[in-house]
Amino acid sequence: MTRISVRVDGVTYSDEVEPRTLLVHYLRESLGKTGTVVGCDTSNCGACTVHLDGRSVKSCNVLAVQADGHEVTTIEGLADGETLTPLQEAFRDCHALQCGYCTPGMIMQATDLLRENPSPDEAYVRQHMEGNLCRCTGYHNIVKAVLQAAGATATGGEQA
Amino acid sequence: MIPVEFDYAAPATVQEAVALLAEHGDDAKVLAGGQSLLPVLRMRLNAPGVVVDISGIEELKGITDEGDAIRIGAGATYQDVLDSPLVSEHLRLLHQAVSEVADPQIRHRGTLCGALAHADPAGDVGAPVLALDGRMVIRGTAGERTVGAEEFFVDIFETAIGDGELLTAVVIPKHTGWGSHYAKFVRVSHQWAIVGVAAAVRAEGGTIAEAKVGLTNMGSRPLRAAAVEQALAGQPATEEALGAICARVGEGTDPPSDLNGQADYRRHVAGVLARRAVLAAAGG
Repeated sequence: MTRISVRVDGVTYSDEVEPRTLLVHYLRESLGKTGTVVGCDTSNCGACTVHLDGRSVKSCNVLAVQADGHEVTTIEGLADGETLTPLQEAFRDCHALQCGYCTPGMIMQATDLLRENPSPDEAYVRQHMEGNLCRCTGYHNIVKAVLQAAGATATGGEQA
Repeated sequence: MIPVEFDYAAPATVQEAVALLAEHGDDAKVLAGGQSLLPVLRMRLNAPGVVVDISGIEELKGITDEGDAIRIGAGATYQDVLDSPLVSEHLRLLHQAVSEVADPQIRHRGTLCGALAHADPAGDVGAPVLALDGRMVIRGTAGERTVGAEEFFVDIFETAIGDGELLTAVVIPKHTGWGSHYAKFVRVSHQWAIVGVAAAVRAEGGTIAEAKVGLTNMGSRPLRAAAVEQALAGQPATEEALGAICARVGEGTDPPSDLNGQADYRRHVAGVLARRAVLAAAGG
């Protein structure tokens, strides 16, 4: 067992973990952060995407020990209480989910995308969401939501 | 799936890492970003007794200017490579190829040197590093040695890195001002190349003065298309002049046959991609 100390969604946790424990399993089973889901378990689908030190990663493809001393943000750490982020609002407004299973990963990856490029065009969004699969194939509304959130963010920025 | 149990070590220095690798021999695996290793462990295709995590080693981080070359440390992620002004300015071909690797999440975590050490012939980075005459810096307990890319890539998943050795950096000569293009053929955007062609061209007034061409997934290791490079030198950068030469890029290669295509199909695709890549690199 190896002792790790990880800050997850603003709270620091210290735990003994087996080195082979995947970050996604640590989040779900040790911390109860079940908002992050396991999709394909082959690092293809992106459903398990979280942020590690502010950048998106597939948490099924990272060991929990690799997060030692680092900061993780999950889908559960985005909203401020009941107040959703503009991107989460846009997913709701645009019906950007059908079964909803890919949604946590889609939102985490799109959050990273918008931080990197606050004013993306559609091609940029599609290209940077390539690591996230929606088995309902609801991609159009997902892209629409990301673009709408970008608009909202941009407008908010101007008003500020 | 969950990996088989292993011991985990996170050395703070290269010296410690190399000592661990020497102690455990082929029972040890190096973990950098883990984007190739973790799938292998999860699917239990490999079950090392010890995993040596080099991601915390400060001396392996960074991308530096070495005068006539750029040095990319084993700790540098794909994203570090993409964000590096040195790479953008002097190694555009590498930048283009790295931007085609997998997807953003993988690029945030995976490392260039990790991919080179993994040596998947369908990976995108071997061909450009080979084409740009990259040299691998390998450290063992006996000291450091440098191996050219042609000698480094031995076979599928096999390199010149021996037991107890660590790839610490790749050093790539600057190709400032060269045109370049990486043409990748895939069915699914974030997947491995079915075929890829990496081309860098030094053009002088509409004529190809020098060309370098590397091939992805056209054999058990990245290949250099030396005969085509020689034939391209001195040619005008036009489709008519280049098309017939590039169509022969697959001659003598032994690409795999699988669900994505038979060997003869890959040789045909390689010719098409080579024409596109060289033309784009030559500004045609």
